[in-house]
Amino acid sequence: MVPSLALRRAADQAGATHPEVSSRAGAVSPVAAPRLVVDNVTLEYRTPRHVVKATQQVSFAVQERDRFVLLGPSGCGKSTLLKAVAGFLTPAEGEIRLDGRAVRGPGPDRIVVFQEFDQLPPWKTVKQNVMFPLLASRTLRRREAEARALETLEKVGLTPFADAYPHTLSGGMKQRVAIARALAMQPRILLMDEPFAALDALTRRKMQEELLTLWKEVGFTLLFVTHSIEEAQVVGNRVLLLSPHPGRVRAELGCEEDSLESAGSEATRARTRQIHTLLFEHATNGNAEGAYP
Amino acid sequence: MTQHGLPSGVGIRRDRVFDLPPVDTRDLLADRHWWQRVWDQGAVRKAVILVALVLLWEAAARYQANPLLLPSAGDTASALWNGLASGVLFSRINASLSVLLKGYALGALLALALTTLAVSTRIGRDLLSTLTSMFSPLPAIALLPLALLWFGLGEASLIFVLVHSVLWAMAVNIHQGFQGVSETLRMAGRNYGLRGLRYVAFILIPAALPSLLAGLRIGWAFAWRTLIAAELVFGASSGQGGLGWYIFQNRNELYTDNVFAGLVVVILIGLLVENLFFDTVERVTVRRWGIQTSS
Repeated sequence: MVPSLALRRAADQAGATHPEVSSRAGAVSPVAAPRLVVDNVTLEYRTPRHVVKATQQVSFAVQERDRFVLLGPSGCGKSTLLKAVAGFLTPAEGEIRLDGRAVRGPGPDRIVVFQEFDQLPPWKTVKQNVMFPLLASRTLRRREAEARALETLEKVGLTPFADAYPHTLSGGMKQRVAIARALAMQPRILLMDEPFAALDALTRRKMQEELLTLWKEVGFTLLFVTHSIEEAQVVGNRVLLLSPHPGRVRAELGCEEDSLESAGSEATRARTRQIHTLLFEHATNGNAEGAYP
Repeated sequence: MTQHGLPSGVGIRRDRVFDLPPVDTRDLLADRHWWQRVWDQGAVRKAVILVALVLLWEAAARYQANPLLLPSAGDTASALWNGLASGVLFSRINASLSVLLKGYALGALLALALTTLAVSTRIGRDLLSTLTSMFSPLPAIALLPLALLWFGLGEASLIFVLVHSVLWAMAVNIHQGFQGVSETLRMAGRNYGLRGLRYVAFILIPAALPSLLAGLRIGWAFAWRTLIAAELVFGASSGQGGLGWYIFQNRNELYTDNVFAGLVVVILIGLLVENLFFDTVERVTVRRWGIQTSS
C-alpha cells in the first residue's frame, strides 16, 4: 500500500513538471497545464438503503485565472462535484487532479465558500475568522496572519467590522467575510458553492459585482456552482452545463462577453436561450427558469 | 372608463416622489426609566427572590416557635457566623471543596475523552451509549460500599463515587453537543486541514459549548449532592470530614441551628458557583457569540 502510493505521488509530481506526461489525462488544454483537472469522474453517495449515482464520467479542466461555473438544475450533482474537488468525497471512478497531483482529502490549497451562513465559527470575530484557516493550516504565524487578514478585509470593505462577531452581521456581510477568509489563504483554486443563493436579489447582484472586481484585482482561479443561468453568465468566463440524474456534461461554453452591463444585449440573450435549450430541451415542463426560487 | 385594465372607479393615480428632510437623530433614541434598567439586572431580581424566601422562613420559624425543629433565619445566621469565626466551617468547606474539585475535574476530563472517542469512531460511539445507559441510572451513593471496599476509608473512595456521578451525565450532554455541530462548520474545519484532537479542540468544543456548559452545570450539581450524601454515610468514621460530616455531627448533638448553617453554606456555594462562575463564563462566551440567548 505505502510503496505504491509513494510511487504514484512521484509519478504525479513528474507529471506536474512535464506537461507531456500529464497529458495522459486527455483533457489538457493546448494553452497551458490546467490548474484543475476533473477526469472522467463518477460520484456516488450512500443512503442507508441505496448507493446513488450523483455524477457520471464528468470531465473538464480549469485553467489558471478561470472563473469556471458549474451550472445545472438541482439534482445534477454540481454541489457534489464541488465537494469532491474540495476532497470531502472520493470519486467512485476517475480522478481529480490539482496541479497534476491527485486530490486525496480536504486541504487548505482549495478553500470552499459555502452557501450557509453558519460556515463562520460564531466564537470568532470577523478578523479572527479570516485568520482562522491561516493559523489552522499553519500557513502563517499569528502576527503575519493578522496583517494578511486586515489587508483582505480592506479589499472587501469590512475593515470597520473587524472586531464584530458574525451574529451581528447581515447575510451579505457574512458572505463577504467568508470570501475574504478564502482569499486570505491565497488558495490554488477558490471553490464557491452557491455562495449568494441565500441572499436577497439586490444584495446578490451587488455581491456578484464585488466578486468580479476582486477577481480583476487579485486574479484568483474560481470554480463556482450555481443554478441560475444569469448568475453563471455574469460570474463565469466558462460554463459547464450538467444534465440532471445523473449529472453528465451537456456542454461547455465560453461566456466571457456576458456581464451585468451586457444583460440586455442580443449576444447575451442569445446565449441565455442557448443554455436554456441545452438544459431543458428534454424537460416536459419549463417551470425551471434557472432563477432563484 | 378603465385605465390599463384597472377596474372602473379607480381613477388615474399620479406618481408620487417625496423630498425627505433630515431627521434629528436625537429623536430616534429615548432613555428608559432607571427602575426599568435596574429591574433588567438578573442579580437584582434574584436577590429580591432570596430576600422574600428568607422572610418567609423567618415567619414560619416564629410561628412554629420550636428552634430544635426549625431554627429561625436569625438563629441560623448567628450559628453561621460563629462557625465561620471559629474557623470550623472554613476547614469543613475546604475539605469538601478540595475533594469535590478533584472528582469533578477528573470526571469532566474522562467525559471529554470518552466523547472524543465517540465522535471519532463508530465503535467508540457504541461504547459511550452502552456505558451511559448502563451506569447513568445507578445512584453514585449505591457504589459507596463497594468503593470503601476497594479504596478504603478516605479521599479515593469519595473521588471514585464523584467521578461516577459526574461522568455519565456530562458525557451525554457533551456528545449531544458534538452531534449538533453544523455540517458546514465541520467541513470548513476539515477544509483548513484540521483533524484529530485539533479538530475537536478548534471546531467541536467551541461549537458545542452551550451543551458543554449545560453538562458542566449538571455535573456540578450532581457532584455536590453525591459528596454531601457520601460524607453523611462515611463521615461517621472519618476524623476530618467535610460539610456533610459537619451536618451529620451537629444533628447527632441536636445543634439544629448548626445543621441549618451547614445547609446554608452548601446552598450559598451552589448559588455563588452558578451565578458568578457559570453565568460569567456564559456571558463572555456563548452569549457574546450569539449562539445562546440570555432569555
